[in-house]
Amino acid sequence: MSGVPFLLPVDWWALGAVIALSGGAMALLLLEFLPHGPESNRAALVSLVTLLAAGASVFVVRDSRRALFDGMFVHDGITVFFTFLFCAIGILSVLLSWDYVKRTRINRTEYYALLLSSTLGMVIMAGSNDLITVFLGLELMSLALYVLVGFRRSHLESNEASLKYFLLGAFASGFLLYGIALLYGATGTTNLQKMTAVMSDSPMLENPLFVVGALLLVVGLGFKVSAVPFHMWTPDAYEGAPTSVTAFMSAGAKAAGFAALVRVGLSTLGAVRTDWVPVLSAIAILTMTVGNVTALLQNNVKRMLAYSSIAHAGYVLVAIVAGGRDGASAALFYLAVYSLMNLGAFGILTLLGRGTEERVLVSDLAGLGFRHPGLGIAMTVFMLALGGIPPTAGFMAKVYVFGVALKAGLVPLVIIGVLNSVVSVFYYLRITVAMYMEEPQAEPTHVSWAVPGALAVLAAVALTLWWGVQAHALLDQAQRSVLGGM
Amino acid sequence: MREYLPVLVFAAVAVLFAVSTIGVSTIIVPRRSSARKMAPYECGVEPVGDARQRFEIKFYLVAVLFILFDIEAVFLYPWAVAFRQLGLYGLVEMGLFILVLVVGYLYLLFKRAFDWN
Amino acid sequence: MTILFAGLAAVLVVSSLMVILHKNPVTSALFLVLAFCSLAGIYLTLQAEFIGMVQVIVYAGAIMVLFLFVIMYLNLGRDVETGIQIAVRRGLGWIVGAVLLAEGAVMFGRRWGLGPVTPGPSRPPVGNTQALGQILYSRYLFPFEVTSMVLLVAMVGAIVITRGQERARRESMGTRAGARGPGGRPPRTHAEEAVAEPGLAPAAAGEPEEQASVAGSARP
Repeated sequence: MSGVPFLLPVDWWALGAVIALSGGAMALLLLEFLPHGPESNRAALVSLVTLLAAGASVFVVRDSRRALFDGMFVHDGITVFFTFLFCAIGILSVLLSWDYVKRTRINRTEYYALLLSSTLGMVIMAGSNDLITVFLGLELMSLALYVLVGFRRSHLESNEASLKYFLLGAFASGFLLYGIALLYGATGTTNLQKMTAVMSDSPMLENPLFVVGALLLVVGLGFKVSAVPFHMWTPDAYEGAPTSVTAFMSAGAKAAGFAALVRVGLSTLGAVRTDWVPVLSAIAILTMTVGNVTALLQNNVKRMLAYSSIAHAGYVLVAIVAGGRDGASAALFYLAVYSLMNLGAFGILTLLGRGTEERVLVSDLAGLGFRHPGLGIAMTVFMLALGGIPPTAGFMAKVYVFGVALKAGLVPLVIIGVLNSVVSVFYYLRITVAMYMEEPQAEPTHVSWAVPGALAVLAAVALTLWWGVQAHALLDQAQRSVLGGM
Repeated sequence: MREYLPVLVFAAVAVLFAVSTIGVSTIIVPRRSSARKMAPYECGVEPVGDARQRFEIKFYLVAVLFILFDIEAVFLYPWAVAFRQLGLYGLVEMGLFILVLVVGYLYLLFKRAFDWN
Repeated sequence: MTILFAGLAAVLVVSSLMVILHKNPVTSALFLVLAFCSLAGIYLTLQAEFIGMVQVIVYAGAIMVLFLFVIMYLNLGRDVETGIQIAVRRGLGWIVGAVLLAEGAVMFGRRWGLGPVTPGPSRPPVGNTQALGQILYSRYLFPFEVTSMVLLVAMVGAIVITRGQERARRESMGTRAGARGPGGRPPRTHAEEAVAEPGLAPAAAGEPEEQASVAGSARP
């Protein structure tokens, strides 16, 4: 704060992912103007290389822990875990988009540039230890997503989805920003660690500024993870967006929102945890119940998975309510598994249909299991995993989350969660039933096979099963990440 | 605040001038109106339709791009004021900032966002 | 100083009220400009010169232009909502307003403090803008650089949303002429379907492909 600015030592490796992703996005924008054919895969390839480079650069320094830029951005276990997760989500999304965007005629370089920018925003959110950086990361991620959701410009639903997502997202950003301002007013800092230190000195819950600020913060982040009652945009945005974008945002944006929540929960809100349990419990119960019950009524698979993703946000919230390091590692584990299952399920939807047509109704899946056994098995695995049935990773994730919640003494929350899981099995099985026990009523759905997309789905299936059997590998990773995060 | 005194005087003079010219003219103006005189003036031609028409989206694009570069310029201002203290370090970081936006500018240029047709 | 603040605050309150009370949206927007300018004046009295300038340059200058553009695009001469919509909106407005008023009352009653932090000296040793520059470009370096990426994404987004059309159209023409779909027959698009079934074709004039997918997509 003295008049002389201090030179900051920059650890380039720890910033590797950020540098790689921004460099990749910029390179793509310029690459657009070198001559290429309309069917060029160049942009997708560059994105893949960028994401791999980002993951690799973090891998090099995966064990180092440091705070950069005066604690604005931290490179710790949580950052490393989420950066890997976001790179994986990005890679799978690029593979799923590869043929899908060509088929639906949205194969533009900007698509991939925005995808990389959005991933960059997620990485910044995960690594930010300061509310200002959280906000900027969130805006970067969201701005790119608003455009991606509306990428099918000639499609009215896509436009509508984009507009709704944008308007409500802008509101949520306003709430978040106002909350940050109030928290700054109450504590005099936006740095999470310093904020926690200030709070241990004085009773913050007496201060309405702090309480209102924290509530607004929860609202802003709750919107991004689509927790009820801030979930209104989710079904429309997920349905109207190009399916590959839906896959990307359902996994990435949610995980990024939770990354910020986990960090806030471990530090600032964690210090006054007991006072937050009722509020967050209520949100968790609402989120699980509304998501699952509404999902029962859907005929459009994209919409159904949108409500299912709301419900899954509720399960992760249970882990956040449980709090502490155990809760955080359960949340990390659940998010990794959830991202995979959801990417896989949406990934299969990207393969359905011919040209620009969308075949995403439950009735469109009729008979798919016999005509395309591979797809049928893969979809069944994802549905079982989403429903939390062994031997899939989804089961282990739920077991771990509910176990942590039990240990924290949240028995009612666990009971409601388990009941909700039972309800969810109905609609997940409905898809399986449609695939194997129903005859297509109209022309059977055409499957547009594509090697990259199929590879992505295969990878998701393999990991979903592998983590179901060998859950402790991922769990250890999550636990170590959280331990290194403090 | 003393350094704002000239601004205040200037603002006061501006307001006084506006109020006095309009006020005086309303007082001394002769009022003889006719239907033709009250019609909106459009270069001596009969007005064609409403002034509120829909116009092309490219105007909006120009406005949006203007805001983006406006914000960039706003960032340059405190940087320039603090440049002596920041030194080479400041030059490099602003160089990075500008580099990202130059990429954006080149993108817009190649995309012909600045071409009117 | 107090007189200056009172004057600016009065202008601010009155012009803000005019923004929501005036029937003509363009006039409302112009009152908003006045509100922004008086807000900038208040910033100046707080010795936040930079924020005051930004308020005028960015908000009153640039963002208000966008406001006016949007008003023109929407072609809103007057309020066109029906009675029930207005009633609902008014009701909501009163409720939110009451909540905010209650919040203000609580704030004055309980004296929401700044917490443990005491505000710094009212006058920084160097100019406000210079102090801001020194902080912004040292401690807040990372957020500053991220801002450039946010601006970049906004540029790309603006182009994609407004200018994507011609290029996408050209591309789709190319694929339709050249590529053949799997199974040997050319891919059948919504546009062709819509042409084949005139009942589905929308009444509105325009690009067939633009509109046809609306008719072609089903929504439960």
